[in-house]
Amino acid sequence: MIRARELTKHFKVHKRPPGLAAALRSLVHRNYEVVKAVDGVSFTIERGERVGFLGPNGAGKTTTLKVLSGLLHPTAGDVAVEDHVPYRRQASFLGKITLVMGQKSQLIWDLPPSETYALNRAVFGVPRPQFDQTLRELTELLELAPLLGKPTRQLSLGERMKCELAAALLHRPTTLFLDEPTIGLDVAMQVAIRDFIRSYNHRHDATVLLTSHYMDDVVALCPRIIVIDQGKLIHDGDLRQLIKTMDPDKRVSFTLTQPLADDELTRLGPLLMRDGQRVTLRITERELPAVIGRLLGGLKVADLAIEDPPLEDILRVMFGKHAAAPAAGAPA
Amino acid sequence: MTSALARTLRALPTLFRIGVAETVAYRAEFLVWILTATQPLIMMGLWTRVAHEAPFAGYSSADFVAYFLATQIVRLLTGNWIAWQMSEDVQSGAMAMRLLRPIHPFFAYAASHLAAIPFRSAIALPIAGVLLLSSGAPSLSHDPLQLALAVPSIALAWFTMFASMFALGSLAFFVTQALGFSALYFALYSLFSGYLMPLELLPSWITTLAAWLPFRFMLSAPVELLTRPLDGAQLARLLGGQLAWTVAMIGIALAVWRAGVRRFEAVGG
Repeated sequence: MIRARELTKHFKVHKRPPGLAAALRSLVHRNYEVVKAVDGVSFTIERGERVGFLGPNGAGKTTTLKVLSGLLHPTAGDVAVEDHVPYRRQASFLGKITLVMGQKSQLIWDLPPSETYALNRAVFGVPRPQFDQTLRELTELLELAPLLGKPTRQLSLGERMKCELAAALLHRPTTLFLDEPTIGLDVAMQVAIRDFIRSYNHRHDATVLLTSHYMDDVVALCPRIIVIDQGKLIHDGDLRQLIKTMDPDKRVSFTLTQPLADDELTRLGPLLMRDGQRVTLRITERELPAVIGRLLGGLKVADLAIEDPPLEDILRVMFGKHAAAPAAGAPA
Repeated sequence: MTSALARTLRALPTLFRIGVAETVAYRAEFLVWILTATQPLIMMGLWTRVAHEAPFAGYSSADFVAYFLATQIVRLLTGNWIAWQMSEDVQSGAMAMRLLRPIHPFFAYAASHLAAIPFRSAIALPIAGVLLLSSGAPSLSHDPLQLALAVPSIALAWFTMFASMFALGSLAFFVTQALGFSALYFALYSLFSGYLMPLELLPSWITTLAAWLPFRFMLSAPVELLTRPLDGAQLARLLGGQLAWTVAMIGIALAVWRAGVRRFEAVGG
């Protein structure tokens, strides 16, 4: 279980204007500014939940993950993860959690990943039979067999990330902090990593807190999302509910089988996109049955798809609103 | 605490094994290291020339040969580049990953550097050893006790050196470029450890200062045991000083580390 109460993390940042004079002045006198990276955030995540942690760049996501994994000391507030105070970094705590940062690596650069795994087995004190079984399971799920003996520096980004995930999970942590685990990966690899995370969550009843710039990761993996902006929590709840509240209209996409003018399409609903014969309309839930009837009946369209609005659009609206709110834009 | 120690001890064989694998993987660095550790040989050439005609301040040519070959051997066994590695780990973010492993980085770094010693000295040590025995033998200590004590003395020198470099490396938590401090540190080390010349040959105020600073106990102490006849009191002072500085330096290293990690926790990495 993860619990944060009024979690606050402020950083003191050295500020100086550009120019040589300012650089020299800063040698003797420095101006500091306090940046509120995380500002009174509270949430509770139960064992086994998969939660997406979203926000624009600089919203405080990585800072929060670092506090939760024990790398940063909170400025104020209470944090408990698996009944431990994270920043004490007790061995019993470190054995239960893992932090995967897409931008940082724990693999030993010049040695094959199997050596990092052996190192982790030793320092986490994983019994040999459990280690062998977990490694077999991870090798199978992530298709690692051909990669284990290659020096890390010779692996592609995607291969390295798979090996990175395995290194992070060999001690079978029950709380996973995943910071952009699919960054820079191609679509097939993103899907593979997502499937793997879901499978690990099921097998070990593990709690997953995930940040990602790829909304597909979040939609596919996380029934619940927590959204922060400028260090403040602006939403915590069910993903579908959020979409429904923010934008209840559906996106109806189809391919025309006969020519049709834009104004005829707009009679059905607002036209969001037209690319040749491919069309996307915005339709309210109330009008949906009638519109579908017309599309399939009289207009005989093909490849009909009904979808929720993209999460990116919802978030864009949310962040826009939040930035416009009077209190939120106050200097930190 | 006990379980942490037990876990660390259990992990040590694997840490050593991986340290060996890393040393072998970094072949180029390893060669460069051996080449850069040849300064005592250059100093040897210089000083034997000075003492060619007549002994200089009590040192004959053979004394200088013995002194600098012994220095070369101790330096090969005790030198390490951990401050550079720690600085790089802080900058690259690898330090964060180290903090999430349930083993104190002091032990993790120590194991990987100890593992490197046999490989690092594999080429240079036998050559220096043979030269020492063939050319410098008359100037070596003949006291079996002194020669035997040189072994724990080298071990203590390694600990003091390692701990001081760990403290320097921990400065990377405070300043982005901790390597500037390393350069300053190495300048002091070169002067006060006997790396450039026997401490006895330096002005008396430097020799007096050197007796109190840690550097002598990182290099000169085992070299003195190997090359100078020492009485009981001198032996006790030398080894007592080494022991005291080892304990103090480990204390300093862990204190700087703790302060550094607290800062890291406060400002992020």
